[in-house]
Amino acid sequence: MAIEYLGLSEVNGPLVVLEGIKNAAYEEIVDFRMDDNTRKIGRIIEIYEDKAVIQVFEGTENMSLSNTHTRLTGHPMEADLSPDILGRTFNGIGQPIDGLGDIQPEMRVNINGLPLNPVSREYPRNYINTGISAIDGLTTLIRGQKLPIFSGNGLPHDKLAAQIVQQASLGKDSQEEFAIVFAAMGVKYDVAEFFRRTFEESGVSDHVVMYLNLANDPVVERLITPRMALTAAEYLAFEKGMHILVILTDITSFCEAMREVSSSKGEIPSRKGYPGYLYSELATLYERAGIVSGGNGSVTQIPILTMPNDDITHPIPDLTGYITEGQIVLDRTMFGQGIYPPINVLPSLSRLMKDGIGEGYTREDHQDLANQLFSCYAKVGDARALASVIGEDELSPLDKEYLRFGKVFEQEYVGQGETENRDVIETLEKGWELLRLLPKEELDRIDTKLLDKYYHSDINEVN
Amino acid sequence: MSRTESIYGINGPVIYLKGKTDFKMSEMVYVGKERLVGEVIGLTKGRTTIQVYEETTGLKPGDSVTATGDAVSVMLGPGIIHNIFDGIQRPLEEIAKESGKYISRGVNVDSLDAEKKWNVTLTVSEGDYLHPGSIFAHVPETKSIVHKSMIPPGLSGTVKDLVPNGAYTVNDRILTLEDDEGGLHEIKLAQKWPIRIPRPTANRYPAHVPLVTGQRILDTLFPIAKGGTAAIPGGFGTGKTMTQHQVAKWSDADIVIYIGCGERGNEMTEVLEDFSKLVDPKSGNLMMERTTLIANTSNMPVAAREASIYTGITLAEYYRDMGYDVAIMADSTSRWAEALRELSGRLEEMPAEEGFPAYLASKLSAFYERAGQVQNLNGTEGSVSIIGAVSPQGGDFSEPVTQNTKRFVRCFWGLDKALAYARHFPAINWNNSYSEYTEDLAPWFRENVSPQFLADRTQIVALLNQETSLMEIVKLIGSDVLPDDQKLTLEIARVIRLGFLQQNAFHAEDTCVPMKKQFEMMEIILYLNEKCKDLIAQGMPMSVLKEDNIFEKIIAIKYDVANNELEKFEEYRQAIDRFYEQVLAKNG
Repeated sequence: MAIEYLGLSEVNGPLVVLEGIKNAAYEEIVDFRMDDNTRKIGRIIEIYEDKAVIQVFEGTENMSLSNTHTRLTGHPMEADLSPDILGRTFNGIGQPIDGLGDIQPEMRVNINGLPLNPVSREYPRNYINTGISAIDGLTTLIRGQKLPIFSGNGLPHDKLAAQIVQQASLGKDSQEEFAIVFAAMGVKYDVAEFFRRTFEESGVSDHVVMYLNLANDPVVERLITPRMALTAAEYLAFEKGMHILVILTDITSFCEAMREVSSSKGEIPSRKGYPGYLYSELATLYERAGIVSGGNGSVTQIPILTMPNDDITHPIPDLTGYITEGQIVLDRTMFGQGIYPPINVLPSLSRLMKDGIGEGYTREDHQDLANQLFSCYAKVGDARALASVIGEDELSPLDKEYLRFGKVFEQEYVGQGETENRDVIETLEKGWELLRLLPKEELDRIDTKLLDKYYHSDINEVN
Repeated sequence: MSRTESIYGINGPVIYLKGKTDFKMSEMVYVGKERLVGEVIGLTKGRTTIQVYEETTGLKPGDSVTATGDAVSVMLGPGIIHNIFDGIQRPLEEIAKESGKYISRGVNVDSLDAEKKWNVTLTVSEGDYLHPGSIFAHVPETKSIVHKSMIPPGLSGTVKDLVPNGAYTVNDRILTLEDDEGGLHEIKLAQKWPIRIPRPTANRYPAHVPLVTGQRILDTLFPIAKGGTAAIPGGFGTGKTMTQHQVAKWSDADIVIYIGCGERGNEMTEVLEDFSKLVDPKSGNLMMERTTLIANTSNMPVAAREASIYTGITLAEYYRDMGYDVAIMADSTSRWAEALRELSGRLEEMPAEEGFPAYLASKLSAFYERAGQVQNLNGTEGSVSIIGAVSPQGGDFSEPVTQNTKRFVRCFWGLDKALAYARHFPAINWNNSYSEYTEDLAPWFRENVSPQFLADRTQIVALLNQETSLMEIVKLIGSDVLPDDQKLTLEIARVIRLGFLQQNAFHAEDTCVPMKKQFEMMEIILYLNEKCKDLIAQGMPMSVLKEDNIFEKIIAIKYDVANNELEKFEEYRQAIDRFYEQVLAKNG
């Protein structure tokens, strides 16, 4: 019989302090019961001898220094896992909220996870065809990658993520099983509802596990939500051999929650008030993607984050970019021009692309073609800057050709329909069509042999 | 007083003991039932502060903390090369055998394989007097590296008795040394050394030999010396890791120690997979045969991240003592600095700039000063070169880690976002990068490459600088209005940028280019410049010159001329002459 402690010595924001506690462990989960029999759970985040600082997940409303009964559970935060979690919906701390009852756990796993040993990893090499040219052609998504979408408020990141989920041929053409783990942290009800509807419409609902912490749900729960989701993802991938696509939205809310807790703890802030361990915390989330050698499954992550004030140098996108294997950056100017998806390709990048494309994967010319498109599009920027000073008429003929290239590139290559699903060869051919708008001498990134082979060929010949 | 105490408080990776203990500063301790590794980092009368190198989840006040008596140390001996360790020198392969795909806590594995028998050839005989650092045995460690076992620093004496040549483990006694006081010391293949103390050397020399990397922009424009220090700062996606990989692969160091400090797990896997396949052009063996990896990925505990840099440099110093040229890739020192910041925050120290502790600069300088070209205690010469990546926040070089690093390194290879966006790789910005070694290395270049080398380099730099200032004008009014000689400068600078500075890491020939070819490429570009200048002086407009594809041809040299076909450059020279004649004939 566990000891129950009555009363608290301090309540401060989401934190409570309990003194006289015995045998408590760091990061242990505790149960609170208030006089009116409401229950909350919390986690020990600091201990000094018999004094524990406890973070309360559901918020400290209704807790007083005298009405609270506290009981130690003896274990850290754990997730109940079984194959039955597919198709279920949970709240931010992993309790079912779909009215279908509790999960009969096959195993209970500490949600903090453990670092994957680099020697047990397998380097990801298989590309995922998302059907979106700007991604497939220029920032290819690889199975086992973590590729975030850097967005801003009001930009169609949700639509893009949903389109990726719908079109990504994750195991569609093969026998391999796939599933989607969706974690919402502090998002609006409408956003969560949009994703739920999308999953339903594309008929994958019974392959989706949802962890929802909405904007009006307790802030501290958000710190747990992605860990719950990733623990579930790892379980399905590495224990059950499935290919998992994890969507985490919105990382910014997760970081805000961390800042809130950190400041109530009275920690020394580093950049913009975020705690010094923001990098480590983000890394423990993002690094939980990958492929284990010898196993079948994989975890691919698409975290979504909204850059405060569209600022890519803000600590959240900045630290994320240093951990993730590339990023897809959405751009407000392009959105304003009605281009969908408004992907600004220049700052976008996929680090794993180089090993997952080319001969044997997509096509031999893919890498050179992508480099050439990037390089030409970078020159479009220079031409536009010049045109804004001296006027378009005064530009040299070559610069004019670049302007035309830029326009067509944005509208026909990057831009595509919300349900348009292009296969990778179509994307590559579109790239060549664009390059043909420019004189051959300008194409200095492509191997001479490939240039001769593809510059003048038409689509039929290649297929 | 006892050497075992109990935990009082826990805060993340930091734990506190109450009261006065007789623990020593920097002493290694075991924490809790799982015997997690920790280090003493603070002592006051009232409390002892310990940082724990593993996750502290589940520790309780009252759990025991046992001192080991030693500072946090590494085991030095055969078996280090061709291995992958975590931040405190635990071999990851062994951890995987013990605990499966995840790294669990409190895994106790030997740093060096205690079972493996090495083929030992002794190089001393009974009665020899040995000094600290004296080499007493040779062990073929990998196909590329002969391990030279040395007497530990601080020990000297006469060889009393020794084992015959044969197979021994790292813990077997190889010989007994009788010191001057008559004390006996067992000498084994392995020795311990604390990671935070530099290994002693006899003498330090100024740098005089370059570390040739096969990367044109580095070797020619911003060379680093053997025993030198370089920093590669750049925002995310600018190619820090790519540049480090390229240098690790192709530099002419004998041994490469690659420290993945707080970076991606997949990246370490990539290095491991790549280096196990790639052949080192110098020795003909696999790259891994000369490489040690230290992987402390970003999700591994933060305190071990702080230690990983020191572990790496201590291993490097050990091989330097044998007379090898060792190069360290530290990716990234910013993560290490952030680990310092995180721990400093947990200790509630007064923060200096941007939350970093005030001792950031002194820690950085102490680290970089462990590089150098030295004479070892045993008379051999060796070097440790450090190439540290820096990940400045928001790509802004004015932040404290970049600024402080800049004070202590002599090579600065600044990566540029705009170049990376245009996929110009390596994206090293030639305007803000520099190397202080160019002067020191001048005699070497004169003797080993060409007396003309530095003069050519100066001209190339001048052309690039002229381009930068001309571009200011072009941005405002376009390039059409420039006079022809300036148009030529822009064109030649374009040839330099595309044909010389840009280098394709995925191209079999272009990925690593020998110094001789780099020199010939400069020569041919400058020859083209000279001839074109002559034509312009005779009144030929730039538009006429551009009708010929000679510029494109020179740019393509990097692909079209193989590294061992330097005689082909003569053909290009003739092609330029023909171009000169033709232009004159047609338009003259």
